[in-house]
Amino acid sequence: MPIFRKPFLKNIVSKTREMPEGLWTKCPSCSEVIHNLALEENLRICPKCEHHFTMGSKERIASLIDEGTFEETDAKMTSVDTLEFKGVATYTNRLKSYQDKTGLTDAVITGTGKIDGKPVGIAVMDFSFLAATMGSVVGEKITRIIELSTKKKMGVVIVCASGGARMYEGMLSLMQMAKTSGALARHAEARLPYLTVLTNPTTAGVMASYASLGDVLIAEPKSMIGFAGPRVIKETTHQDLPPGFQTAEFLEKHGLIDIVASRTKLRGVISQLLDYLAPATK
Amino acid sequence: MKIQALEFEKPIVELEQKLEEIKKHVQGQDIDLDPEVRTMQEKVEATRRDIYANLTAWQRVQIARHTSRPFFLDYVDQAFTDFVELKGDRLFGDDASMPGGLAKVGPHRCVVIGQQKGRDVKENLLRNFGSPHPEGYRKALRLMRMAEKFRLPVVALIDTPGAYPGVGAEERHIAEAIAVNLREMMVLETPIVAVVIGEGGSGGALGIGVADRVLMLENAYYSVISPEGCAAILWKHRKHAPEAAEALKLNASELQKLGVIDGVIPEPLGGAHRDPEAASLLLRDAIVSALDELVPVATNKLLQKRYDKFRGMGRFIEG
Repeated sequence: MPIFRKPFLKNIVSKTREMPEGLWTKCPSCSEVIHNLALEENLRICPKCEHHFTMGSKERIASLIDEGTFEETDAKMTSVDTLEFKGVATYTNRLKSYQDKTGLTDAVITGTGKIDGKPVGIAVMDFSFLAATMGSVVGEKITRIIELSTKKKMGVVIVCASGGARMYEGMLSLMQMAKTSGALARHAEARLPYLTVLTNPTTAGVMASYASLGDVLIAEPKSMIGFAGPRVIKETTHQDLPPGFQTAEFLEKHGLIDIVASRTKLRGVISQLLDYLAPATK
Repeated sequence: MKIQALEFEKPIVELEQKLEEIKKHVQGQDIDLDPEVRTMQEKVEATRRDIYANLTAWQRVQIARHTSRPFFLDYVDQAFTDFVELKGDRLFGDDASMPGGLAKVGPHRCVVIGQQKGRDVKENLLRNFGSPHPEGYRKALRLMRMAEKFRLPVVALIDTPGAYPGVGAEERHIAEAIAVNLREMMVLETPIVAVVIGEGGSGGALGIGVADRVLMLENAYYSVISPEGCAAILWKHRKHAPEAAEALKLNASELQKLGVIDGVIPEPLGGAHRDPEAASLLLRDAIVSALDELVPVATNKLLQKRYDKFRGMGRFIEG
């Protein structure tokens, strides 16, 4: 459906007809047309229906971490085409095009920072980069920030989003599940808090590793969260899926996650949890 | 039991048919065709050797999925002794697609777990085609914890197309069940040996696959996604599965080169299903020698090595 339909134009001054593309966004949930600036200011939440739009990793960090305290780690780490993957497009080309498109090096940003003055290690996945699939770089950066946090006796917050393991790196991708989970085992043995934020969508290999391992699992409203994709489940089981299947609310009802929190409350919730779960030594 | 030949085995089948014809011809007649029979037999063997020396990735996937291939419980029966099956996750149910229990392998007492497929409709109904639900992974962890408590090593035999994609599995948090196993296996204070005996289907395989020694049978495969699934996404059609299989580098020898697995266990010529007894012996010997090495290692050293091994997996540019 076109964005610039007549009913909307009525409310807009005529000049806006020449406005550059990408200035307005239509809410997929309630069809409200929102000015991008207003959307950004509202943490990319629809002001009318509270639909949570996908949030970029940089914006996410800005929304969670105290201003001026974020120090990025492994910012320049990039993926390699170890398998020399021969498909319809080469992995190297795919990486290049996503790097150009997003300005990111790969699908996760990691670093240290403070939340209300409390030091944490943080990783934020970015769905705009190859569906935030996990390859060696994502696994390595996340493992390193967990290990660093264990060493510095800090809690870890991971904001997850992912289509799963990255096919282009074959089994090396799958092994990132074991690697990250292993680092979390040691972090847990040191009695340090690990908080997971599940955003839309968090699935497959990421869900079956660090995304499920938080001391507390927090999810954004209506996020799609699951192991297998709904289409695969339907095809395999020939079964109708229950209403709301694999949404954050569905998981909450089934006892699989702790808290469904609106993005506006997220920072406060994390801060409070860190207060409760922080190690006795400050 | 008649073994179904695979498509690429046709040349062997044709030669075998000719051989049978010659043999039949000889019967009841007073002609000596022995040399011809022998030549033909040699030709069959040579063709088989030739085909099996040059298997493509996709052909190995087909062998790994062969319904006559020995399954988990066949190996438990032939390579292990005194198996006592222990059932249930103590939470929801017993997952028959992931049997487990106590057994002996060579001189070692151990806990053995693995995915079990079925050979016919009835068996597969029970075994769910070797695709476990969360209960399977939680039972496996329960048994592994028991192994830890009683200082028994763990042997995990992997053979699954993947964890089950179903409503119930999601409702009972299959992702969490696998994730917890990954975390707990990394710090489990007892030696773990895992062998991919057939299909190593992604997270469903890895869910019992974090081990001090990860081995693969020669014709097994281990992959982040099924070749068909990969083809459907990247080539837009499942018919490209052979190309996807090649691209994914899912064979034992490739994965050993990548450092994902620690060793390859040879199979009898023509695959494990052509000689299950010999295959079982090869598997048993490999498990026993791995356990011989691992059992005496001090626990803290064992765990550090296990951690370091998985820690080192992945390739990237530091930048």
